[in-house]
Amino acid sequence: MTAGCDNHHEVAMISKAELVTQLLALLPGDCVLFETEDLSPYECDGLSAYRQLPWVTVLPNTVEQVQAVMRLCHQYQLPVVARGAGTGLSGGALPHPNGVLLSLAKLKSILSIDTLGRTARVQPGVRNLAISQAVAAHGLYYAPDPSSQIACTIGGNVAENSGGVHCLKYGLTIHNILQVKLVTVTGELLVIGSEAFDSAGYDLLALVTGSEGMLGIIVEVTVRLLPVPEQAQVVLAAFSDVEKAAAAVGNIIAAGIIPAGLEMMDKLAINAAEDYAHAGYPRDAEAILLCELDGMRADVVDQIARVQVILSQAGATEVRLAADEQSRALLWKGRKSAFPAVGRLSPDYYCMDGTIPRRHLPLVLRRIAELSQQYGLAVANVFHAGDGNLHPLILYDANKPGELEQVEAFGGKILEFCVEVGGSITGEHGVGMEKINQMCVQFDALELTQFHAIKHAFDPQGLLNPGKAVPTLHRCAEFGAMHVHHGKAPFPELERF
Amino acid sequence: MALNEQDISAALQQQVALAYADKTPLNICAGNTKAFYGRTATGQTLDVSGHAGIVSYEPTELVLTARAGTPLSDIESALAAHGQMLAFEPPHWGVSATIGGTIACNLSGPRRVYTGSARDFLLGCHMINGKGELLHFGGEVMKNVAGYDAARLMAGAMGTLGVLLDVSLKVLPMPQHKLTLVRSGLSAADALTLMNQLAGQSLPLSASAWIDGNLYLRFSGAASTIASVQHNQPGEVLENDEDFWLSIRELQHPFFASKQPLWCIAMPQVAAQPDVAGDWLIEWGGAQRWLRSDAAAEDIRAQVSVLGGHATLFHGGDKSGAVFQPLTAGIWQLHQRLKKAFDPAGILNPSRMYENL
Repeated sequence: MTAGCDNHHEVAMISKAELVTQLLALLPGDCVLFETEDLSPYECDGLSAYRQLPWVTVLPNTVEQVQAVMRLCHQYQLPVVARGAGTGLSGGALPHPNGVLLSLAKLKSILSIDTLGRTARVQPGVRNLAISQAVAAHGLYYAPDPSSQIACTIGGNVAENSGGVHCLKYGLTIHNILQVKLVTVTGELLVIGSEAFDSAGYDLLALVTGSEGMLGIIVEVTVRLLPVPEQAQVVLAAFSDVEKAAAAVGNIIAAGIIPAGLEMMDKLAINAAEDYAHAGYPRDAEAILLCELDGMRADVVDQIARVQVILSQAGATEVRLAADEQSRALLWKGRKSAFPAVGRLSPDYYCMDGTIPRRHLPLVLRRIAELSQQYGLAVANVFHAGDGNLHPLILYDANKPGELEQVEAFGGKILEFCVEVGGSITGEHGVGMEKINQMCVQFDALELTQFHAIKHAFDPQGLLNPGKAVPTLHRCAEFGAMHVHHGKAPFPELERF
Repeated sequence: MALNEQDISAALQQQVALAYADKTPLNICAGNTKAFYGRTATGQTLDVSGHAGIVSYEPTELVLTARAGTPLSDIESALAAHGQMLAFEPPHWGVSATIGGTIACNLSGPRRVYTGSARDFLLGCHMINGKGELLHFGGEVMKNVAGYDAARLMAGAMGTLGVLLDVSLKVLPMPQHKLTLVRSGLSAADALTLMNQLAGQSLPLSASAWIDGNLYLRFSGAASTIASVQHNQPGEVLENDEDFWLSIRELQHPFFASKQPLWCIAMPQVAAQPDVAGDWLIEWGGAQRWLRSDAAAEDIRAQVSVLGGHATLFHGGDKSGAVFQPLTAGIWQLHQRLKKAFDPAGILNPSRMYENL
């Protein structure tokens, strides 16, 4: 399927041949790709259902080259889509047909590490896990750990404000970075944030983090590093019904315990993971919880004992403490391989990413089950239970005509329900191309207009990642989302059609 | 509902809309405890203190939503009743301090460097922009990446981009036990090294401060953890330590009682002490340093910025001049454009943060 971005500059101000010539004057020959076979690896990101060949792909070696490319694109008013490792799940790096795909993959140096000050200055193409590996010998690590951390890069993490399984305790990307260097749409290099905390002026770092390549190009990131906890332990608890598992999560938090990770899986996900990873999960359970505690040894020992009691009292049919590091790793292996494991159950799966106030979990799971029946598509549920981030995996077959459209409609309904119970359409995967219509459900016309005004402050011509992340009011009118906000119907100023 | 708990958002919205139409500058006020902070306020008072009350609080969700005029002390009492707290330990600077002013100024206390800032714990807000439009950004969930993070942009914007109506905050359990140890005879440089070394270890540090050769370290956690800290870490136990940390947070420590201008200086944690004559108090593991000095503002800012820091004039000195560190040209241009995007008529707390913003 080819996704349609909102059209932007259908007729470019420069021919492709001329653009390539000019790019080759700025970059070495191997940094400019323009033949179809060279471009095809860039036609999609982790959301492979959406594909589009870029006009040209550039892979600069230096920040100066990024600036030069941006100046050239600005001169000819060409759309620019930034790309990190391409592991994103919302089509945020989907190319523009008449635009330049700007890959930051070659900017992959760790520039400096300050072990005493616990910071590292890295280029955007450095892999998330590589940061932790580089500082491990000093007893430090970088906390946010998206499941793609082996491959995903820090530039993309900043663009998406990536999370991971340890968010409840350690926060998102925004909580773990101090400064970024940003190349603007006109090619200017700006330092945003600082090595000191709480920089002077507006919190542009918060604004840029999670902005999905709409406000500028991240070319350097200063991350904060944390000491590796003295100890980490994990408990598995099995439940005969999902509501009991959900209640147990609330009880743990009410007891004043903040787990480092608190994950839930439903029966279909448990069995898929068990087939795949042989983690020793109880196959007959309706839900399992994995609860990890970390910190000082005395704290962990104390809290893990309390957690086991709470889980038993909440009606767990089994509570199992991983006795050693090997069994702890095995319990996590099952959870971390849940996506590929579910992938073996059907030709394709579609991963959703809503967040909800945790108390509504039983209600939302019931709604997902109803929709699953209605659409005739099975769903496996994996849930970052600690922070309310739900990942329903809808199973389907892309080769069956019309089934992808059904899945998209089904997924959209789940996200809309998340908004209805007070949650969000995306916790960590971003809006990208995928959830652009659901933005019309979460935000009203005034709020979307304010977003566009923010965008305009950074990128008046709308050249950066056009058509993503924030829908036009026109698009929302077409989508027909009826978001009644403060008693007003949405988009009263627009005709309905 | 208590008498002081009411929703006056419609009235506030109307006042801002009128001011927008008339181009009347507004001075957003509630408890008035932060009036000294920033540049001198001008404009017609927009009193949000009547917009008060905790809207929702779910201890098991770790989320509290309160109207901007809610007294900080009310919020802290409500949380304490469930063994929870605002983990950024905000300063009050007066009994009438509100949550709106706290977030608008992005003010955090001793725990900030170990758990996060006011901005870090902000999950969402309702606000009125400079056109009198009521907007909602973020939400009441821990993870939310839909749209730009306009909610966190409000933290520290000092009301220049919008009038905060309510804020949703992540809250945390209160540690059960704490202990403050004092190590004496340390120079500023020694203390900075030690604070950084300790922060790099798996230790439950929750505050640190150095003054007059003494380094104060607070540890918080379960009883067993605190026992192990007391066993393993050197230093004298400080009795009634909460009084000490309160005196720092509330600027009531004798250090702050001086007629000299008071500067709050943010520094990279490992940065050396700036070469400025005056008296110093270091906290936040080296990240925040207080300076009492008669040195010229330009000299202080130059010395600080060369080390990667920024200086804010707190008390004394010229409050009609630059209070916050001047911004680079490119960043300043973005500030002006963002101001225009939220407040096109320039009516919200004009020039409270920077001149002509």
